[in-house]
Amino acid sequence: MSGDRTAVLARIREALREPAPRHHATPRAAATNAAVTAPFRAWLPQVGASSKERVALFAQLSTMLRTEFHACSSSAEAGDHVARLATENGWTRLATHAGELNEKILKRLPPALKLLPITPGYDRNALEACDAGLTECECLVAQTGSVCVSALSSGGRTLSVLPPHHIVVARRRQLVPDLSAAFELLAEKYAPDYPSFMTFISGPSRTGDIERILVLGAHGPKKLTVLLVP
Amino acid sequence: MSSSTIAPSAQFHTDADRTSADGLRRAFVRKALGGYSVTRARTESTFTSWEEARDAAAEIKWEGLNHLDAMLEEFEAKFTARGGKVHWASTSQQARDYILGLAREKGVKSIVKSKAMTSEEIHLNAALEAAGYGVVESDLGEFIQQLMHEPPYHFVFPCMHLQREEISALFQRELGSAATDSPEELTMIARRFMRRHYLEADMGISGTNFIIAETGMISITENEGNARLTTAMPRIHVALVGIEKVLPRLADLALFLPMLATAGTGQNMTCYNSMFAGPRQPDEIDGPEEFHVVFLDNHRTRLLADPEQRDALHCIRCGACLNVCPIFKNIGGHAYGTTYQGPIGSVITPHFRGLQDWKHLSGASSLCGACTEACPVKIDIHHHLLHNRRNAMKEKPRWWEKLAWKGFGFLTNHPLLYRFATRLAPWMQQLHPLVLGTPLDPMQSWTKTRDFPEAAEEPFSVWMRRRKDGKL
Repeated sequence: MSGDRTAVLARIREALREPAPRHHATPRAAATNAAVTAPFRAWLPQVGASSKERVALFAQLSTMLRTEFHACSSSAEAGDHVARLATENGWTRLATHAGELNEKILKRLPPALKLLPITPGYDRNALEACDAGLTECECLVAQTGSVCVSALSSGGRTLSVLPPHHIVVARRRQLVPDLSAAFELLAEKYAPDYPSFMTFISGPSRTGDIERILVLGAHGPKKLTVLLVP
Repeated sequence: MSSSTIAPSAQFHTDADRTSADGLRRAFVRKALGGYSVTRARTESTFTSWEEARDAAAEIKWEGLNHLDAMLEEFEAKFTARGGKVHWASTSQQARDYILGLAREKGVKSIVKSKAMTSEEIHLNAALEAAGYGVVESDLGEFIQQLMHEPPYHFVFPCMHLQREEISALFQRELGSAATDSPEELTMIARRFMRRHYLEADMGISGTNFIIAETGMISITENEGNARLTTAMPRIHVALVGIEKVLPRLADLALFLPMLATAGTGQNMTCYNSMFAGPRQPDEIDGPEEFHVVFLDNHRTRLLADPEQRDALHCIRCGACLNVCPIFKNIGGHAYGTTYQGPIGSVITPHFRGLQDWKHLSGASSLCGACTEACPVKIDIHHHLLHNRRNAMKEKPRWWEKLAWKGFGFLTNHPLLYRFATRLAPWMQQLHPLVLGTPLDPMQSWTKTRDFPEAAEEPFSVWMRRRKDGKL
């Protein structure tokens, strides 16, 4: 049963018998196939070519988005940073998922901090009670200051959105220049079997619904920390 | 808002008169939209070429819409292969029935919703509540409007007309919270309230911003994270999707996500841009067991069948045309009496709900073109308002207006008669004060609020001739 499929499609086909005029200029290059993402780059905000410029842009946009961003010299340094956050904010429970980078961070954390490993069938009430969630990611996007996470890269759909503080750890080579590059990377890695969930996160959760005044931590994390390791 | 016994146009005029007289509210809304203009301009300037980006976006939307049948079928094939289910609804009734049936069949107890204008369009909440289901709107603005028992004021900023004191009073009354004048504290009250619902709900209903044909995905753009929670935690996810939302390729989002954010709120990127490809997959940790996409036509194909105005379906619902519209700023969102307010709403509503009943919205415009200018996908909005005016007259001409134009045509084609009429005018105008402003006044709609200029003593042509003859 798929409802009124035949009727809807018939109406669409009938409607499309007469072609529509274009009320816009035809863009320079037709967006087709492999070259599809290339022309966008000419119109969107520019990104520097070198890795250093990308890090600088990501840092600049992070400030604007209220993301706490650190480029660390080692994973140990990143681990120490998370440990400091845990102590300063009085965390008692941290949720995380299996991952090589996560492991390295966990090694440096105070033993008193209780860990909740997110595996199939985890207790969602326990996750809700966690002070923070630690995840890896698919990539970081310099152009927009975004973190791309997926159900496969970051412990499912909920870990990166339910706890009040989301910490992301990423390798320097995961920082891609722009959204087009991010989609290329995702396509190479997964197409056509993408994870059922992918998202670009740009800063901590926010709302402006009351008098258009910015408030952080609407329903998702109130804080977002991004740690870059070599 | 609108009552079924009053004609939409009469309701519109009453509401517009009332709201445009509310100077304080207008000043408040204007101030909020002033902030938008500044941030939007700043973000737009970071684009290397916003204008070319607009053309590209319009072209991609054009491509998607003019191959809509193939696009939707491609989506369906990909989405179904991933374990999702597509339901096609011709009418709002069919869409409501499907979702209600699903809730019954699956033994759903509570429902959490993220923002979906399509659900406002089909009055889904009322139907679910009538059937005994509790539905909670999770978007902060929508939640406030739900508690207010009021439709959204603006389809992107649902409660932008309310001041913090009003929201605080509302929360005290409905949620028993303490009084506060801090937007942050008010947001936290809603956050705490909503948490329980994410954990307990067994059905999550969302809208969608884009349908990706190539990969069988839907994409949702939001700032709060409520849509992520709504689509992650309940065991059933239902997305109610207007069929026009299609983009051909996943990578097209690289253009559309920054453009939607820029035009919508002036952000360079909205906080969460999420793509969903089916329910939880076997190798994944969590996510819904079932994912249903309900394709909603509800007269969209009527607009699609009009090639001249087909591009009105390019709309990505950024709300930019509302934010810059002098009419919206003066009459506010509720006066329209529509699901989609502002200029784009005035274009599409007559197609969705009937041209004759809603043609008055085509006049709710100064034709300044600010909407067309602001539109990221280059919809020719203000010309479409003119097209609607023309079509309404063509479809159902008013006999007296037709007669008046015929009379005017006759007059102007007979110079002697015309000259006589122009000479008569100043004399006739002497009688005008007798009926001025009364229903007998033929100029009543003009003279109600304005002065009518006096007819000249002598026609321009006569004056010109005298001048030529050197008599002046």
